[in-house]
Parts: sequence; C-alpha cells; structure tokens
Amino acid sequence: MSSPVNAPHSTASTAAAVSPQGSPSRLGNASSLARRVMAQGRYESVTAIRNGEQLLISLVLPLMALFAVVWSGLMDSAGVRGVDVAVPGVLALAVLSSAFTGQGIATGFDRRYGVLAYLSTTPLGPAGLILGKACAVLAVLLLQVVVIGGIGLVLGWQPVWAGVPWAVLILTLGAASFTALGLLIAGTARPEATLALTNLLWVLLGAVGGAVFPVPAISWFSGIASFLPSATLGDGLRSAFGTGMPDVGALLVLAGWGILATVGALKWFKWR
Amino acid sequence: MSLEGLQKTVRSRRGDLHILKGVDFHARSGEVTALLGPNGAGKTTTLTIAQGLDRPDCGTVRLLGEDPWHAGAALRSQVGVMLQDGGLPPSATPARLLRHICSLYREPADMAALTERLGIDEFSGRDIRRLSGGQKQRVALAAALAGRPRVVFLDEPSAGLDPVSRQLVFDLILELKQAGLAVVLTTHLLDDAERLADHVVLLRDGTVERSGSVAELTDRTGPTPVHFSVPQPLGADALAAFPSGLHLVAEGPSAPADCTFRVEGLTSPDAWADLAGWWRDHRIMPTDVRLLHRSLEEVFLEVAP
Repeated sequence: MSSPVNAPHSTASTAAAVSPQGSPSRLGNASSLARRVMAQGRYESVTAIRNGEQLLISLVLPLMALFAVVWSGLMDSAGVRGVDVAVPGVLALAVLSSAFTGQGIATGFDRRYGVLAYLSTTPLGPAGLILGKACAVLAVLLLQVVVIGGIGLVLGWQPVWAGVPWAVLILTLGAASFTALGLLIAGTARPEATLALTNLLWVLLGAVGGAVFPVPAISWFSGIASFLPSATLGDGLRSAFGTGMPDVGALLVLAGWGILATVGALKWFKWR
Repeated sequence: MSLEGLQKTVRSRRGDLHILKGVDFHARSGEVTALLGPNGAGKTTTLTIAQGLDRPDCGTVRLLGEDPWHAGAALRSQVGVMLQDGGLPPSATPARLLRHICSLYREPADMAALTERLGIDEFSGRDIRRLSGGQKQRVALAAALAGRPRVVFLDEPSAGLDPVSRQLVFDLILELKQAGLAVVLTTHLLDDAERLADHVVLLRDGTVERSGSVAELTDRTGPTPVHFSVPQPLGADALAAFPSGLHLVAEGPSAPADCTFRVEGLTSPDAWADLAGWWRDHRIMPTDVRLLHRSLEEVFLEVAP
C-alpha cells in the first residue's frame, strides 16, 4: 500500500471536521426521513442501472422475450393480436426481474458483505433501508415500463387506455409483493442459494408460471398456477390493458402474497 | 454507554451456546474503551448488541441514555459504527459511498478534510472490491465518522493497516477522544490497546475477566522492579555493599556471577537514590536499564485459555 498522506491536516482541523456541532435537534443529526429514503432510493437505483447483470435481467432479457414472442407469432390467434398479449406479459416479467430476482440477489450479497448491517446502524435504519429499496424498485420499474411499453407501441401494441390506472395499481402491488418475496429469500438463504433460486424461479414463473404466457388450460395445473403471484400479476395486467377492467380476483391473490411475504420477511429476515 | 448483566445464548446444532454470561462495563465520553479477549470471548457479540444490531436475552444496554435496539434516527445519527467486515458495498467507489452516507445527515462531517487526512483521495474513484484491506479499513473509518458521532464503535480498526496508516488512524482516534467522543474499540493487537485505551475490558468466555486502566491491569500503580545488565560480573565487595532494603536478584542461569540483575523494593525516591549511589560508588555502568512492569500481553495471556 502506498503512503496515505503527504500533507496531513492539522489536529484541530480534522477534529473539527468530524466532531459533533451544536445541540442535536429532534432528529439528532439525521436528515429528514423523506431525504434519507430518497437518497437511498437514488443510490440503489443508480447501482442497479449501472450493474450490467441487473440491466441484462431487468431490460435486455424481457425485451428479447418481447421480440421473440411478437415476431414468432406465438401468441397470435383468431381475433387476438399477439403483441397485445405479449406486452403486458413482458411487463409482468420485468417486475419479476427488478423486484424479485434483481433485488433478491443485490440484497443477498449486501447481507453477506455486511452492508445491510452497516446501513441499519446509520440514520437510515432498517425501515428507511426497505423504503429506499422500494423507491429504487419503483424507479427501475418506471424505466422498464417506459422502455418496454414504448417499444411495444412501436411494435403495434394497442392497450385500452382506460385500464392504465388499474395497470399502475397492479404493477405497484406486484412490485411490492415480489420485492417482499425477494427479500424473504435474500434474508434467510445464503447469497449463492438466493442467486440460484431467484434466477430459477424467474425462468419458471416467467415461462410457465403465468407471467409472460397465460397459464395453459390443463385442468390440474391451471387450478394451482392461477394462484401463483406471477400468474395473478400477468393476468391482472392482461385484463387491465386488454379490457380496461381490473381482475379483482388477481388483485386480491397478489395482495395476499404480498402480505404473506412481508410477514415472513419481518419474522425471519436476518440482517447479518 | 453502559452495559449491565448482558447475557446472550444462541442455538446451534450442538445445543445452546452461551456467548455472553453477564457482561457489565461502561464507556465514557472523552475516553477510549478497548474490548479485548481471545477468539470467541464475546467481543463482537457485545459490540453488536451495543450497536443495536442484536438484542440480549437478559440485561440492559443504554447508549446515550436510550436502548439501542429501539433506536430511532436521532440516536443512530449520533453513533458511528465501523464493522469488523467493513460493511462496504464492493461495487461502489469510496467517493460515491461516502457522498451517499453524508446525505443521510443534517450536518455531515467535512468529508473533504477527512478523506484527505485518511489518504482516501488517491483511490476514491476505484471500486471498493479493488481496494486493499487497509484502504477498505480507512473508508470504513471515514463512513463511521460521516455523521459527526458522539459515540463511535470501531471493530478492529487497525487490522490490515501498514505502519504509516496505523499511526494515522491512531492519531485520529486520539483526536476524537480529545474532542470528547466516546470511542469503543476491539482489537487483537495488544500494543494498540496499550497505546490508545484509557479503559480496558478483558473478556473471557462471555464474562468480564478484568477491567480497568492499562496501569491498573498491569499493576503499574505499585513499585516496579528494575532490570539492568553490566558488562563484567560484579565483584564480591560490590555485592556485599548493596543497599539494605533493596533486593538484588541475579536473573541469569549462573547466579551470582552473571551480568543480568533484577532489583526489587524500589518503593521510594530514597530507594532509587540508593541504587544510583551504589552504581556510582562501585563504578558500575549499567546497560539495558528498564522497568519490569507487566505488559498487557502478559495479562491477556493469563486470561486467555
């Protein structure tokens, strides 16, 4: 290691640089909760966007899925344009990517490196850290919706615009539920196991779990799969963008998954 | 900070593991408190509980008058923490991380002055994963001080540092103490504790084995024997004239003709003058004169299993 300082500050200047100033306010020396959460959200979103692997799974792979489905005509059927089914499904896949797989892996390794423990000792605290992560997920999701939705429109997607508010609600609920599921896995399993599990589930839930493609009508399988969070998210988005109406059942099941995962994460999540 | 009756048990496959069995100590403002002990003594668990990262099964913890487990932003903003494993995200650069940490505080530290002082500027744009252990330690220390804390916890602050960086960190810790901060640190390097600590807590097997100042722990408050050597064996006349009230003990294997001695009984200034007078009267030129007080390391080895 090279010599650390050439011209060190005087004792007085460094002590003054780090020692407490004035009388603490109600928040001590912490900035306001909103500022802390926004700062963490900004920090995490920039980290996610700069990370090549996360960008791959959040944008590149969902876009590849969109192009593949649209150009192959896989979802085209009588009276139904494939692109109108594909875009909501790919948006559901994008939620899985950023909220579940991306956040799960990032949180798992942050836990391994002690980053979660360290940040929870700062004014951010555990609650601020989770709120900051939620902001980051929403920011990345917004970027995904703009890019995937924009490219979908270019490819000929014709959503029912009246369903957009419902779609926003379902996307937000889906992001919250899948973030909670990702944190539940990241907070209880080793980071390597989290990496493997969240990637595997991303493929399975995306391909056959009702996210990208509607659940195939096989009697026993569709009965089970319709309760998967991926299927309820995909069905909810397809209903909102396709009919302009909410799929209330899907909304309720998705909310149930969110509540269960949050309770589980609160109970079992380990910061170290 | 005060810890009283701290107990902690964790369950493992081999059964219950009693990590802390009743730990009590205080750390005061303007003092450096060093937590020492062999591996597995409970140092990191004690610090973890004091930082509010874990909860004791039994006992009370007060940090700036509050329970750290239920700490709000106000308390956390006045406490700086440097974890043993750093807690630094490997993909961030020191500059970006420290800027972010500063944004969590109303009046953050003057980070430009701190990073210059700690020599972080020269690698502040490099990913943390590419830094050496000592460079990471310095970044972690800067992060712990970002919020101008009143209490700072440093877990192994000098681990992995080269001698120059180590001195730099020591100087900074002493400045923090002089500025009135309460500094609580753990270290395996007993020289560090001896140089820095006002108060030492020696843990063993989950309990406080000994605590006090370095002088108290090493018995430096009472009379200390003196070691000296001479180039030639002492003559019989010199030995016969050794001051009464003092004890001259040959330390070498071939006593009394050896050249290495220990003097005991130096309980007053007159006793010291008698010894010096004996050297003068018998033309003895002592070499390697030193006080034979115990080092913290010797105390530690007594405590270590």
